[in-house]
Amino acid sequence: MSKMININIDGKNIQVEEGKTIIEAASAAGINIPSLCYHQDIKPSAGCGICVVEIEGQPQPKRACCTPAYEGMIVRTNSVELRNLRKMLLELILEDHHVDCPTCIANNKCDLQDLAYIMGVKTEDQGVLQTKKPIDESSVSIVRDPNKCIQCGRCVTVCNDVQTVYALTTVNRGFEAEINTPFSKGMADSTCINCGQCVVFCPTAALTEKTHTDPVWEELLNPKKHLVIQAAPAVRATLGEEFGMEEGSLSVGKMYAAFRKLGFDAVFDTNFTADLTIMEEGTEFINRFKEGGTLPLITSCSPGWIKFMETFYPDLAENVSTCKSPQQMFGALVKTYYAEANNIDAKDIVSVSIMPCTAKKFEADRPEMTDSGYKDVDYVLTTREIARMIKEAGIDFAHLEDEKADDFMGIYTGAATIFGATGGVMEAALRSAYFLLTNENLPSLDIEAVRGMEGIKEAEVDIKGTKVKIAVAHSLGKARELMDKVRQQIKETGKSEYQFIEIMACPGGCVGGGGQPFQSNLAARARRGQALYKEDKDLKMRQSHENPAVAAVYEKFLESPGSKKAHKLLHTNYFQRDKMSGAVVKEATHKH
Amino acid sequence: MNYFRSHILIETDEASVQQGAKDIMAALKQELAKHKLDKEINVLETGSLGFFERGVCLAVYPDNVVYGDVTLNDIPQLVEEHFLKGRPLSRLMLEKAEKKNIPLEYAKRIVLENSGNIDPEKITDYLGVGGYLGWEKALTEMKPADIVQAVKDSGLRGRGGAGFPAGLKWSFTAPIEGVQKYVVINADEGEPGTFKDRLIMEGDPHKLLEGTMIAAYAVGATKAFIYIRGEYKLCIARLQNAIDQAYEYGLLGKDIFGSGFDLEIEIEIGAGAYICGEETALIESMEGNRGIPRNKPPYPGQEGVWQKPTIVNNVETIANVPAIITKGSDWYQKIGTPECPGTKVYTILGDVAVPGLCEVDMGTSLRTIINTYGGGMKKGSRFKAALVGGAAGIFLGDSMLDVKMDFHNLAEYKAVLGSGAILVLNDAVNIVDVLESVIRFFRHESCGKCVPCRNGNEQLYRSIKKIKAGLASEDELDKMILLADAMYKTSFCALGQ
Repeated sequence: MSKMININIDGKNIQVEEGKTIIEAASAAGINIPSLCYHQDIKPSAGCGICVVEIEGQPQPKRACCTPAYEGMIVRTNSVELRNLRKMLLELILEDHHVDCPTCIANNKCDLQDLAYIMGVKTEDQGVLQTKKPIDESSVSIVRDPNKCIQCGRCVTVCNDVQTVYALTTVNRGFEAEINTPFSKGMADSTCINCGQCVVFCPTAALTEKTHTDPVWEELLNPKKHLVIQAAPAVRATLGEEFGMEEGSLSVGKMYAAFRKLGFDAVFDTNFTADLTIMEEGTEFINRFKEGGTLPLITSCSPGWIKFMETFYPDLAENVSTCKSPQQMFGALVKTYYAEANNIDAKDIVSVSIMPCTAKKFEADRPEMTDSGYKDVDYVLTTREIARMIKEAGIDFAHLEDEKADDFMGIYTGAATIFGATGGVMEAALRSAYFLLTNENLPSLDIEAVRGMEGIKEAEVDIKGTKVKIAVAHSLGKARELMDKVRQQIKETGKSEYQFIEIMACPGGCVGGGGQPFQSNLAARARRGQALYKEDKDLKMRQSHENPAVAAVYEKFLESPGSKKAHKLLHTNYFQRDKMSGAVVKEATHKH
Repeated sequence: MNYFRSHILIETDEASVQQGAKDIMAALKQELAKHKLDKEINVLETGSLGFFERGVCLAVYPDNVVYGDVTLNDIPQLVEEHFLKGRPLSRLMLEKAEKKNIPLEYAKRIVLENSGNIDPEKITDYLGVGGYLGWEKALTEMKPADIVQAVKDSGLRGRGGAGFPAGLKWSFTAPIEGVQKYVVINADEGEPGTFKDRLIMEGDPHKLLEGTMIAAYAVGATKAFIYIRGEYKLCIARLQNAIDQAYEYGLLGKDIFGSGFDLEIEIEIGAGAYICGEETALIESMEGNRGIPRNKPPYPGQEGVWQKPTIVNNVETIANVPAIITKGSDWYQKIGTPECPGTKVYTILGDVAVPGLCEVDMGTSLRTIINTYGGGMKKGSRFKAALVGGAAGIFLGDSMLDVKMDFHNLAEYKAVLGSGAILVLNDAVNIVDVLESVIRFFRHESCGKCVPCRNGNEQLYRSIKKIKAGLASEDELDKMILLADAMYKTSFCALGQ
């Protein structure tokens, strides 16, 4: 542990680790220094200047976000001058901001709006932009509106430092400086992998999902259509936040109730196909492991990771599981298995998925995701979008009576629900793989080694004498670190030390996804994950192979895991992408 | 070897070349050959002679005559009169040089002592005037700590703008052990109206190299970079030539002078952003990143280029170092003012009779600089104010004419020496116009990182346009002053401040 030093903030004596900044010290002591561009999970860009404080003995105010505390430092966070400076800076920002709060997607969730309100900044002269810049709507996942950008740099930092995707940067300088993609080509023609971390880190609405609530409303209000809804594991742990519930509140029963009230004809759960994924991927792993197939096997549930792999690691495409993600397995089954069993014409089915993710929009739009003969998933809505729809429908979410999903594709186990947290897919897969290999349950179903917020987690699992080395990475920066290691090991020795790897594109896994409520941080993501682990613990069935609905789909429709039909509907192949534009260059693997 | 009775030094800085200096030089050689004088009179290239708006200038030694506005048509007459008949051609002689014998009289010139006197493309010329003696002395007679101490004792302060004591800066980095260290010379001169560093590099590139070598040895850096703005093509060419020659003479490379010390110097070319003159932005740019300032601490002295301890010094600062080593810190300290010893190089522009470059003692007043070195105000114009320190500087009016200009004294008036540019304005100039151009410059050159600078300059620009158009109310000015104060207090780096 590093040395502790003493500082004084606003008359309060505080002990703090040496090297911490003033804002970190203040925050640990419960003192809130107004700030705008600062975010605790990433390195400060020091752009906005709102967090200026006075330090005794120093002539100039200093930024609290990037000034380290030193022994004996005396800090004042408020004074007449500091107030005036902050107000003036806010006015400067607002002067160049498209102020349309009432209709803005970030209304009530916007740091700029909050601060301007709290500090009583007048806005009568503001928000009238001299020149309006074009909005970048090229991407199927993310919209970038430079007129709302305050150039805090959070998106650039998270994209470059945390995700190592390098799709965003600052271009030009002076007043013409703006956040853009390299060469200003638009998000669709960049290396953007649609993870949406830029969206959740954005303090305003300069970055948002491409919204599809209007077409979904239209379909809902069309009596000829049969609307089916699925919701991803992580959504149940975050949807409540949009209605004022605490972080980490599990609202699965209310969620189903709200979906029914909105008018969905069948309320199902992506968790069902999460269990199915385990059966397919577990079988794939066991086959590769036993028969000397390509190892390590790397998970394929995270569409941000898949595009990242296709762009930066196409040489490892054979290592990635051929399984579609649970969303796409669900989509393929709804328009085949469900349609046939219930005598519904597949062309009348509108398949809607609620995802914690912006990359899922891109995934659903991939041309190969049409194995049912139709677009397998018609619309992908983020947690934020469905929350807006629930509000628009006048549903009092927080007071809804819990309901259940429909059984046909709505039954799930605890293994499925933990898909939403980093390490969850690995844990779920190990539970079933152990059983499928030994016909016994794991001695303990809780595999603590793969839980938690550590960037890369490793463990060795003993399956009755056979050792399996596994690794789990979340955030693409950590994925890059791990993939570089795997690539190097394969190059040097022909094989990697790992046999099974889970990758999630977003820090914390899907609970921290780009479609989740704005402005979370790692600590909040951990609490959301805890909600999922609690549900898993409370469920009677905690292993995917125990799911009776999964057994039914094999018995009635797919025959067996890895069957020909299963391969047609539930598996996919990958492409190599251009490192500048993200465009498809050629197939990296073939569909079997 | 030939002995010449006369040397003609023709300035071939970029401005002069554009005005035909190379052609004039060729014509001059041809004309001399025609009169069979080419074995007696030597024609050499040199850096700027320190005159501006005077076309192509050339100096004749040992006659101490400087000609200005020389054109191709003048060559036959010039050769006939001066070199055949021995009568200097008064028609082309520069008034200032004739009267005061400027710039050749400065005994105290340190930085510019050789500029205009030697051929900057020949290491032998530099060696001939005592060049690299400081490097030899440093490496063979002194310990690194002695050099740091000598520079500390000399009182040398950074000439890049802020005036931070150079020796103190070095003393933070010198003791760090066990890691690669770097010296970076900041030659990204971007302040409008400033070109002193360019002329130092064009006129005497070896002096900069020698200073760099001594600095590198003092702080234990085995690699040094000179970061030059890309537009300075001639500087880059001359410095590269000088570096090549230094390697050839064993002044760079491995085990220099048998001391066991290795040193490499490399040129880095900047892409032309004003902000890259800020040392941490310069470092970002060297690493291949967008040039935006870094958070400090850590300071470059601890974590600079590629996270390694790095000393960043301005060209003029480093050009002072060889003299401090050869002549001693006591000698140096006696020049200038007690708080700021040494000389300062200024570029004088605007409504003075003779715009140009001068190197004067620290503490010389603005009045003296304008009257003596600038030749006074242009005929018929009266002094209104001078913008001192470049665009980032401060307007000094009548009342400030007799302030001793050094970092210390000016700080009392919230003014700065900055880049050493002095833009003299007459009373017909509208300050609002000048301000508009200054603000427009910063509005464009702000790196865009922080709100006060990026949006603040835009606001100031909108206000000044309003004022110009006569649309502003009286409180517009108050608003601007308040905003400027906020920008000063909250901008991330010195550019905004």
